[in-house]
Amino acid sequence: MSKKDLGLLTLIVVVGVVVSILNPRFLLPINISNTANMVGLFGLSAIGQAFVIITGGIELSVGSVIALIGVLFVDFIANRGIPWPVAVLLMLALSVLIGLAHGLLITKLRLQPFIVTLCGLLVYRGVARFYTQDATAGFGFGQNFPLLSWLTVGRSHGVPNSFIAMLIVGAIMWVVLHRSVFGRYLYAVGKNEEAARFSGIRTDRVVIWAYVICQLLTALAAMYFAMYTGSISPASQGNFYELYAIAAAVLGGFSLRGGEGSLGGVILGVVLLQELQNLVNLLGIPSSLNFAVMGGVILVGVTIDQQWGRLRDRRRGAGIAGTTAKGGWFSRIVRGA
Amino acid sequence: MTTAEAQAGAAPFLSLAGLGKSYGGVRALSEFSMAVGRGEVIGIVGENGAGKSTLMKILGGVIAPDTGTIIIGGVAHAALDVATSIAVGIAFVHQELNLFDNLDVAANVYMGREPRRGGLLSLLDRRRQNALVAPLLARVGANFAPQTPVASLSLAQRQMVEIVKALSVEARLVIFDEPTSSLPLAETARLLEIIAGLKAAGVSVIFISHRLHEVEQAADRVIVLRDGRLAGTLPKAEISHDRMVQLMIGRDLKPHDAAPPPGAGTVVLSIRQARSRAYPARPVDLDLRKGEILGLAGLVGAGRTELARMLFGIDPMLGGTLTLSGETLRLRTPADAVARGIFLVPEDRKAAGVLLDLPIFENITLPNLPAHAPGGLVSRVLQMKTAEIQRANLAIKAPTLATQAGALSGGNQQKVVLGKWLAMAPQVMILDEPTRGIDIGAKAEIYRLMRWLANAGVTVLMISSDMEEVISVSDRIAVMHEGAIAGFLERAQFSEENVLRLAMGKTLSRTVAA
Repeated sequence: MSKKDLGLLTLIVVVGVVVSILNPRFLLPINISNTANMVGLFGLSAIGQAFVIITGGIELSVGSVIALIGVLFVDFIANRGIPWPVAVLLMLALSVLIGLAHGLLITKLRLQPFIVTLCGLLVYRGVARFYTQDATAGFGFGQNFPLLSWLTVGRSHGVPNSFIAMLIVGAIMWVVLHRSVFGRYLYAVGKNEEAARFSGIRTDRVVIWAYVICQLLTALAAMYFAMYTGSISPASQGNFYELYAIAAAVLGGFSLRGGEGSLGGVILGVVLLQELQNLVNLLGIPSSLNFAVMGGVILVGVTIDQQWGRLRDRRRGAGIAGTTAKGGWFSRIVRGA
Repeated sequence: MTTAEAQAGAAPFLSLAGLGKSYGGVRALSEFSMAVGRGEVIGIVGENGAGKSTLMKILGGVIAPDTGTIIIGGVAHAALDVATSIAVGIAFVHQELNLFDNLDVAANVYMGREPRRGGLLSLLDRRRQNALVAPLLARVGANFAPQTPVASLSLAQRQMVEIVKALSVEARLVIFDEPTSSLPLAETARLLEIIAGLKAAGVSVIFISHRLHEVEQAADRVIVLRDGRLAGTLPKAEISHDRMVQLMIGRDLKPHDAAPPPGAGTVVLSIRQARSRAYPARPVDLDLRKGEILGLAGLVGAGRTELARMLFGIDPMLGGTLTLSGETLRLRTPADAVARGIFLVPEDRKAAGVLLDLPIFENITLPNLPAHAPGGLVSRVLQMKTAEIQRANLAIKAPTLATQAGALSGGNQQKVVLGKWLAMAPQVMILDEPTRGIDIGAKAEIYRLMRWLANAGVTVLMISSDMEEVISVSDRIAVMHEGAIAGFLERAQFSEENVLRLAMGKTLSRTVAA
């Protein structure tokens, strides 16, 4: 674990201690379990987002995809009688297509990721609302899918299975990011695409894969969210969720310029965000201030990080002409991750 | 005809026949032929735009030539691609170091060719990778481990990583593209040793450099390019600075205007006990005199750029005083410096000197826009007027003043940077590596401009890592070592040896320092 991950973990523990002193209900098993569930749900999509951000890209369509896949999935299994495992596969296939489309537009047509995925955000939201005629998609009375429910909203020894799913996905993606050749290429492409191409790396392919992975994990998260909420209103499901994912990555030490960040970091970022959310609820802060609190904390965190990085560069950087501070506490993630 | 000249080895490792490449209507390379023998060190020189980069891109497999053949080890190719170029053993040490500073040394060396394990999972085998890199680092005399993050390496060390990369592919031809432009003085000698080592091991080397002095030392044969064509080949015995320049520009170059003896100019800017953030414990004392060109030499990282940044108000002074013509200055921002007539022509022209996307006239009037905006509205007419004066003044070569600065050659971009300050009555002009990446012809013009400025009473502080430049242009040389001024040289003491001694922290030998 790198220094910066450690710093983030310390922050999480300190905030936890303070909140539990102010309101001991923070430590109730049911509260912890509920928070873990939210960490699981948001963690799945944040891990996906992390893969795109490492390449220097951004994926803004996450929230809309969560709505689109949510209504399709629930409609397929509740109204159309498609067996749920088939529906899951169909959703994953759809997400691969979306990721492929984004990746191809970005690499082959050289469109900017921000624009491509912003258009995706608008298009998928629109399609989701059109699909249900703006009606809420939900399950009929008495309909149930025991195994699917257990996998998504069930608990094992009190631990939400969504959280466990996130840990499993996280472990796999950790290996991919930090131990596989593909992961190494993600860092290379994010840092210097041209140099990566001249090293014989098929950079387009690496970038496309990043978007496909992001959409795959987003689709997985979408189905978890769908089962969690039970009924999906296509106009509001998943609103702003891409921003949660981006915020988690940034808190976790990712640079939006690409090439920096670790899997542990993004998960800790998600944990901190959910802890803050929980704090707002438990400390009786009006829930309308929710976003304001999170925005403030992220801003402060990133500012401290930046200043810290600058300080360290200054201490070490004597001799490197005209260095400008960049990165943060743990800009040099890869080796320590 | 050139194949006859190319009988360096029995069978050349590489030969090029009749290569041609056009971009749009512009011929970047035409009818170019050459051969590289095994273990031969070829120097390639030419002005910017002479076709060197096009040639390198063809060899690297990045672009395909329109005509001609590339013969490597007896096999003819119409074009290479990146993978083939790597496979046949061509490796590059680039001018702009293409390293990934978010990764460690070993990862950079094996980028794209990582040792793998775990079969289909294709996991990184980091242990093996480190074990492979360590002996190569030892071979080039590097004092850092394979696990070192590249971000913590100096420029010279980063270049070693690039060389190790070339060694790791068991390259048969290593192409050094301006390897010494970021490596001043001492490190350059080390590089020349490494090149000799490669040659001894039977590896061919192509050495591209603007620093003719080093080409002279390193090359067995020099190939001169001009306007995309072969301007001439010089065998070892005929390699000389003047011959190369003559072939590069197609005529003899006038020697730089001889500098007049430094008048006993009054001190304009006096720096006392100035401490920078990079070297807080090493105060700098320096006097800049009216009408002189003071060369500031030293190794990269000696604190020269930091000093310039302080004088221009970019970085805060941690202590000490600045006195400009008797007035004590406190510079908090570059705007403060500009207001006093202290101007900086920065080292990184493209990032900090010009705004590449803006037209010439906008660049020239940018620092003094309020003077071109009667009533707060920017007047294009006034801007054009100022820009036109500077164009005539500096002989900026551009289609129109509305041309984007990015479309100009390096030398003309530098003139635009100079022009924006000349339009504002400079008192002290700081030039940080003013001729880096600039053609030999344009260099001479920049030197002439500096002298003209000095003669007009401006104080010129020139930071340069180019020995020949420091010695031929300066009236006086100050040498920095680890953040402080190690010593001054007056004209009679000017020599590469003296500059080097001071830069390395030694004292002058007594015979010279008399």
